[in-house]
Amino acid sequence: MANKRVDAATNTETVGHEWDGIEELNTPLPRWWLWTFYLTILFSIGYVIAYPALPGLHKATEGMLGWSSRGQLDDELKSAAAERAKTVAALKDMPIEQLPQHPELMRAAVAGGAAAFKVNCVQCHGAGAAGSSGFPNLNDDDWLWGGDLQAIQQTLIHGVRQPGDDETRVSEMPAFGRDGLLTPAQIQDTTSFVLSLSGREKPSAASQRGRAVFEANCAICHGPEGKGSRQFGAPNLADAIWLYAGNRDAVSSQISNPRHGVMPAWGTRLDPVTIKMLAAYVHSLGGGEEFAPAPAGTETGAEAAAVE
Amino acid sequence: MVTVLARAGLWLAVLFLAVIGVALAADGGFAIHMGIVALAALIAVWFTISGADYSAIARGILKMPDQSKYDDDPVRWGVIATVFWGIAGFAAGLFIALQLTWPVLNLEPYLNFSRLRPLHTSAVIFAFGGNALIASSFYVVQRTCRARLAFPAMARFVFWGYQLFIVLAATGYLLGITQSKEYAEPEWYVDWWLTIVWVCYLLVFVGTIVKRHEPHIYVANWFYLAFILTIAMLHIVNNLDVPVSFVGSKSYPLFSGVQGALVQWWYGHNAVGFFLTAGFLAMMYYFVPKQAERPIYSYRLSIIHFWALIFLYIWAGPHHLHYTALPDWAQTLGMVFSIMLWMPSWGGMINGLMTLNGAWDKVRTDPIIRMMIMSVAFYGMSTFEGPMMSIKSVNSLSHYTDWTIGHVHSGALGWNGMITFGAIYYLTPRLWGRERLYSLRMVNWHFWLATIGIVFYAASMWVAGITQGLMWREYGPDGYLVNSFADTVAALHPMYALRAFGGLLYLTGGVLMVINVWKTIAGKLRDEAPMHDAAYDPATDRPILAAAE
Repeated sequence: MANKRVDAATNTETVGHEWDGIEELNTPLPRWWLWTFYLTILFSIGYVIAYPALPGLHKATEGMLGWSSRGQLDDELKSAAAERAKTVAALKDMPIEQLPQHPELMRAAVAGGAAAFKVNCVQCHGAGAAGSSGFPNLNDDDWLWGGDLQAIQQTLIHGVRQPGDDETRVSEMPAFGRDGLLTPAQIQDTTSFVLSLSGREKPSAASQRGRAVFEANCAICHGPEGKGSRQFGAPNLADAIWLYAGNRDAVSSQISNPRHGVMPAWGTRLDPVTIKMLAAYVHSLGGGEEFAPAPAGTETGAEAAAVE
Repeated sequence: MVTVLARAGLWLAVLFLAVIGVALAADGGFAIHMGIVALAALIAVWFTISGADYSAIARGILKMPDQSKYDDDPVRWGVIATVFWGIAGFAAGLFIALQLTWPVLNLEPYLNFSRLRPLHTSAVIFAFGGNALIASSFYVVQRTCRARLAFPAMARFVFWGYQLFIVLAATGYLLGITQSKEYAEPEWYVDWWLTIVWVCYLLVFVGTIVKRHEPHIYVANWFYLAFILTIAMLHIVNNLDVPVSFVGSKSYPLFSGVQGALVQWWYGHNAVGFFLTAGFLAMMYYFVPKQAERPIYSYRLSIIHFWALIFLYIWAGPHHLHYTALPDWAQTLGMVFSIMLWMPSWGGMINGLMTLNGAWDKVRTDPIIRMMIMSVAFYGMSTFEGPMMSIKSVNSLSHYTDWTIGHVHSGALGWNGMITFGAIYYLTPRLWGRERLYSLRMVNWHFWLATIGIVFYAASMWVAGITQGLMWREYGPDGYLVNSFADTVAALHPMYALRAFGGLLYLTGGVLMVINVWKTIAGKLRDEAPMHDAAYDPATDRPILAAAE
């Protein structure tokens, strides 16, 4: 059957088979190909000797290098922990109020806090900590519960409206519409008044009527000028910053049937040093306040003192 | 008459079972699927009864098709199906690429990314690639055995049964029916159906080889056979499930935990190894020498690289599970077998490229051979990249990143896509008896659109993947991670847009192919300056008749 011939173009003999016009040359294996193949086999044998490879009945060979993936992970975690060790030890014993006096430590705490923030906080507050509807923006100087290091740390440890935590931050605005405390017309008037506080609506007859309703029902927490109170966690209504939204629908809906967001108490999930770092990071974002005797319930004005 | 009755009876039984399935269905998706099966069975009954030649049966004459021609009907259907599913799969791919770039395009609930992604992968691998493999294998095995297909009725069942599998899989994804195994998403009953179809495919293929008129089995057929056999084994083992109910779509896999993961990636990697490599190497081994009109470069290399490839590929799966709960020893073996696989893979590339020895000028003059050669070049590139990415220290950077996606697509778009396009352009005029393709110049356009599309795709995904890998592992000087996951997503956005642009180019090339194939089948010839094409002699394209031996 063999019908060998020499192919003119390549001067190579064919094998002599033919299928539907296809012939095959009898070219030897390319030497570089063969030797590279042998080399990969040699490398593999060496690798198998050096690393865990051959399974036995009870356990596999461990390899001459003694390497294991768990061991490597352990080493890497340890070396990362070693790099952090000095900072962690120093932060551990330092009350957070004293942190601003140690700029070097503060810088390290902010770096660590940034990393922890990316793992634990971005899901709600966003990668840039700018928040979104229902989740406060941490870059501004408008604080519901206080913006100095200690206040931020307190919020972090105990959370907001965290069930089962006695020290959690709690504010609960009444549902003026749902519970029938105000009539729909009163709610619309109050909305007009609230929006006039920040100049979003012009003063009108409705806002004048709303003022009276506000003074009777809202001022006790939000203050007569609507500037809010950190004692009650009552937001400032006279600025341009809104937790939900600053339009008519959102404000009237909030008066009528307010939402009460929850932030977890991180004290049960993260160690105290990480929380200190997170507080330092959030504080450094732009709106952090210096320690000042906070006059509760009155206008605090934003002494936006970026520490760095 | 007896066979007609038996066949119609079999389809009636399927119809009956499917109707019961609809009636008792435990979930809506299963009811819809059984409805589709019932419809398919009804159509099969109709064609069995109406297609039979009763007068011939009555006269006792067995209707014999023309034995002097190859049995090419399933091949023709397969070419059309390949083109059709190809466009569907490319379009789905472009759409999910756009979804990743602009998430607003996720249309809930049926057209979100998580349902469309398996639709895309199954459409391109199993529908486009699978039809190309089935059609080309039926074509090649007949020519290289000089024999008509064994079991012609079964060959037709393989084609239509496979289309039913595709429809069930695709509709299942959109309905949310999935067993959540990558590339093996269809649920238990679809798996069972594919098993039946696949065993029939094996019988037709082996039967044809057995009745061959050539003394030796051509290398393409070794590869096709390895592909069919191994896929059968992989498919069955990876889909060993326990159905929750025989009238419901849900099932649970037999293997769980890390064993399940290992079986899944033994399957997943060898779907690449035997479906997308061995099967397409078979296409390469027939269509490249035919189009180049040159002998295969080295018979010896074909033997050595075939057996080395078959032996080594099956062990490489664990490299998908580096740095996971899989024991270290298994990871090591997965890595070294992948590295040893480099040269056996390149054996195919060498045999493909060097077959052009003595005809390299055709790369310039013949757009079809140029497409095939580019395909083999991409094959060589991705089979170097693969072993490299299996090295653990490389993998620790590349794993879970878009680098993997880029790697897969340089193989899929470059190797699988281009060799399939080449085969389709080779087959279409011959199957429909046309003088030549409608337009070889359009093949040239298709070539450049596809090539530039792949460059955009692969390059953007390399940059994206390495960016991602480096950002994930970046530690600051204080020993803390620098980036959040969302930071890395934001950083990749421009690369995702470039990737989608590459996909758009590739799809546009596919549309040119549709026009070209359509017009060729319609018998039209574009008036254009001629380009080189391989010669075709219909007189020799015939089986050897048993009597003539």
